[in-house]
Amino acid sequence: MLSRTADNLYWIARYMERADTVARLLEVGSRISLLPSAQGYRSEWDSLLQATGMAHAFAQKYGDPVQRNIESFLFFDRDNPSSIASCITAARENGRIVRTALTTQVWDALNTAFQELKQLEREERSHLELSRLTDWTMRHAAMLRGAIDATLLRDDGFNFLNIGYYLERGDNTARLMDVKYYVLLPRIDFVGSGLDNYQWTTLLRAMGAQRAFHWAYGGDVTAMKIADFLIRNPQSPRSLATCTAGLMNHLGRLAKAYGRETEAQDKARRLAAGIESATVEAIFDEGLHEFLTRYIAEAATLAISIHDAYLSGEMR
Amino acid sequence: MSQFNEMFQGADVRPPYARLQDWVGQMPQELRSLKQAEAEALFRRIGITFAVYGEGGDPDRLIPFDMFPRVFSGSEWAKLERGIKQRARALNAFLVDVYGRGEIIRAGRIPARLVYQNEAYEKAVAGFVPPKGVYSHIVGVDIVRTGPDDFFVLEDNCRTPSGVSYMLESREIMMRMFPDLFRENRIEPVDTYSDKLRRTLSSVAPAKCKGDPTVVILTPGHFNSASYEHSLLADLMGVELVEGQDLFVDGEYAYMRTTEGPQRVDVIYRRIDDAYLDPLCFRPDSMLGIPGLMDVYRSGGVSICSAPGAGVADDKAVYTYVPDMVRFYLGEEPILQNVPTWQCGKPDDLGHVLDKLPELVVKEVHGSGGYGMLVGPKATKDEIERFRAKLIEDPGNYIAQPTLALSTVPTFVEEGVAPRHVDLRPYCLVGERIELVPGGLTRVALKEGSLVVNSSQGGGVKDTWVLAE
Amino acid sequence: MRLTVDHVTRYSYDHPVRSVVQSHRLAPANHAGQKVIEWEVTVSGGTKGSRHRDGAGDLIQAWTVAGPVTEVVVQVRGTVETEDLAGVLRGHRETVAPDCYLRDTLPTRLDVALIALADSATAADTLSLAHALSAVVSDAIAYRPGVTHAHTTAAEALALGEGVCQDHAHALIACARHRGIAARYVSGYLSANEDGSAHEAAHAWAELYIPGLGWVGFDPANRCCPDARYIRLGSGFDAQDAAPIRGIARGGGHEDMDVTVAILQAAQ
Repeated sequence: MLSRTADNLYWIARYMERADTVARLLEVGSRISLLPSAQGYRSEWDSLLQATGMAHAFAQKYGDPVQRNIESFLFFDRDNPSSIASCITAARENGRIVRTALTTQVWDALNTAFQELKQLEREERSHLELSRLTDWTMRHAAMLRGAIDATLLRDDGFNFLNIGYYLERGDNTARLMDVKYYVLLPRIDFVGSGLDNYQWTTLLRAMGAQRAFHWAYGGDVTAMKIADFLIRNPQSPRSLATCTAGLMNHLGRLAKAYGRETEAQDKARRLAAGIESATVEAIFDEGLHEFLTRYIAEAATLAISIHDAYLSGEMR
Repeated sequence: MSQFNEMFQGADVRPPYARLQDWVGQMPQELRSLKQAEAEALFRRIGITFAVYGEGGDPDRLIPFDMFPRVFSGSEWAKLERGIKQRARALNAFLVDVYGRGEIIRAGRIPARLVYQNEAYEKAVAGFVPPKGVYSHIVGVDIVRTGPDDFFVLEDNCRTPSGVSYMLESREIMMRMFPDLFRENRIEPVDTYSDKLRRTLSSVAPAKCKGDPTVVILTPGHFNSASYEHSLLADLMGVELVEGQDLFVDGEYAYMRTTEGPQRVDVIYRRIDDAYLDPLCFRPDSMLGIPGLMDVYRSGGVSICSAPGAGVADDKAVYTYVPDMVRFYLGEEPILQNVPTWQCGKPDDLGHVLDKLPELVVKEVHGSGGYGMLVGPKATKDEIERFRAKLIEDPGNYIAQPTLALSTVPTFVEEGVAPRHVDLRPYCLVGERIELVPGGLTRVALKEGSLVVNSSQGGGVKDTWVLAE
Repeated sequence: MRLTVDHVTRYSYDHPVRSVVQSHRLAPANHAGQKVIEWEVTVSGGTKGSRHRDGAGDLIQAWTVAGPVTEVVVQVRGTVETEDLAGVLRGHRETVAPDCYLRDTLPTRLDVALIALADSATAADTLSLAHALSAVVSDAIAYRPGVTHAHTTAAEALALGEGVCQDHAHALIACARHRGIAARYVSGYLSANEDGSAHEAAHAWAELYIPGLGWVGFDPANRCCPDARYIRLGSGFDAQDAAPIRGIARGGGHEDMDVTVAILQAAQ
């Protein structure tokens, strides 16, 4: 397949996954702001903006993190390349370019999201409940994912879409954890007790994993359990283990189809092995922040290898 | 001015349209509105829209589709087909000639100036004969009708005639909405076009290509107004739709960048202008092109369709000489006539044109899409006078033709069914052999009395039927 | 006369480039006035691509350089036996019709001053007119390096009244076309006189089409017709079209070019 086509497919997935994550963040943020906490919503919104790497851009444009501005910034703002509107538009534009590589269902999912977005943008803001916006986004992300899984040929294009999904999802998980890493640090005051307050809820909710977590672990919430769930547990749909396994799988299929391995397969294997072999104890020994930083950096070099090997068209 | 109605002669229905009489008679108004809405929804759903340059507004504008088909009998078509193929052969012979020895110029049949000083003449390909001696692989011939047996060629399109997607999609939609019509009438299929196009393109692969040639469509990108057509054709032919950045030159060949590494490309069906093909040969500032492509082309490493320089044959000033080309190269009499044309660059012709301006259609030699033209009988006094000034200032830039009484075909309008003027663009494929799909693009001027069928100026499209004999 | 050429063009990039594609018009064709004894073009790190003779009779050779590279060196070395034919191009094989060269291009587009200059030349026949046009161009544009650049048009050079061989050639082409004479740009080499009076070893001049004679070279920069000191490389509508090297680098930043040319008259 044309490298440019593969690149477009890869970015469809990355943008839609990003939109999904931003919607989850918004949902969590607004939820916390409804709680009668002394700290207020302020610090929480700040940390959520930090998680997406958008805090600086926001501060420049809006100053103080007022909820309404944050909603605008994260949902509608076209100046923010990671806003839901920007992501959905970019995903749809990438889809339009490779229209013939998609099934009608996949294209419909992308195009419907875009057309409805345009309608939302025309609506009076006061009529738009935040929950409606976030639900809407997550629904369309899920519909696209479903259309891809249900209708797309399992060819190399399918692999590039999935590679985009897993890279983006792993990166998002790592960043969300990293922003809250201090919450998970075993500190003296937490010894013997469960983690306090909604901080951990925030995290699990952002991953859409609160209930799944309880089903999987039960009992008290501990730093170890959360780290295990979000990093090592292959049952968790957003864990780093799930994401790296997905990357290995789809890169492996490409290598088989093309009859050659590249640096990307090698890096993916190493990334996955690093997750699998790390015990929770070892992770906390290294320092959670250090561990996650390392993951994010390694995943980024994997993305570069994937680009060089397949998407740039420079491979000889 | 008496106008030929293709369906009715007086009260009688002409035979090709016989079965449509009942069809339209039995269709209640509500059903018609329903069907029209359905057709529009289908067009929008498949994404076939048309962006008009410089008009602003909705970039996803639909070209209006009229459900009333335009019908040719088998024998009418047979004559058209012979005429179009003859013309396509002559045009290609002309191109081979003017990039070679220029016999037709030496013989004094066409002025050297019109060819060699033509902007579309590419010095860079002089002395080069493309595979199978074909420069123009898809010839779109614009034809108008004025009577039962009177067809005139309005212009030729030798570069990259567009619109074939409308021919294909109009048929798809008609078959889907009115399957009974297709059972009752024996209508020749047009969906063989993509196979024929692919065969045509493959047949002109360079001699160096062994085995099944790799064909690609080169598009200026997804912002182009014809990008739907490019991707449709790529999809139907099962070939890659590439942009300039996807191709590169290495050694003696051109390659596309794929996820499996470079893949050699043998035939490029390009939908971009000559000027943007190769910044090393043409416009150095072009970002669309492929550096070094022309060197590979000239040395036989890749075929480009249409060949760079093919445009010199469809120039409106050269057009006048096409009947002469038919006689000169083929030794035949032209089957299809030209519309009588005055070259405003000639003083005698200019005098005549200036005298008769209110009766004539005046066009820019290099213009397209109905822009920059004057339709005398429809123009205001003021418009005519303004055009007169332009004409006097740069006469060589214009040609003039009589206002033809274009034929009409019944068309669905607000009040029911009414005659509207039409033209026709069939697409002739030239490769190892010459082929013509029975059908084409019928454009219809939806405004009452209007003669301008261009989609950019309120024209619509119709399905075009050729009945099996 | 036997001339040896040593011509080095060095392209350097401030960032490594991914690849370079070049199209060379760097091989003199044999004709009555010149015969190639030996000729070699090399490109550092380059692969020879396709090669063809174009309609104007020039040998076009493509090269590709796979990156990353920060420098590309094109080296031309050769020996040519030349003969003085008073500028007449004889025995050169080409298929492009001379009328093609009546078309103007951006650098040779006329303005009022160029038209006046062209109209100021008077002569009885085409050949004399060609000489007269060359003379008025020489008079109107003084040789002075550094005042014009690669994209200066004939009209601009005339307005300045100064320029280099490229500007002289463009101006002469514009004037000739205005007077109905087909004219084209020629790039090549010029060996300096022993007294050093001729300049610009990498040189350019114009050819005008004289019915009965064919293409005849005129060098308004040196007020003469090309003789045995000249090596003809190729032709085109204008400097860009006739450029000995056209190339493009993919990726990378700013490009610098450095050219050295030495043309020696070999001892017999």
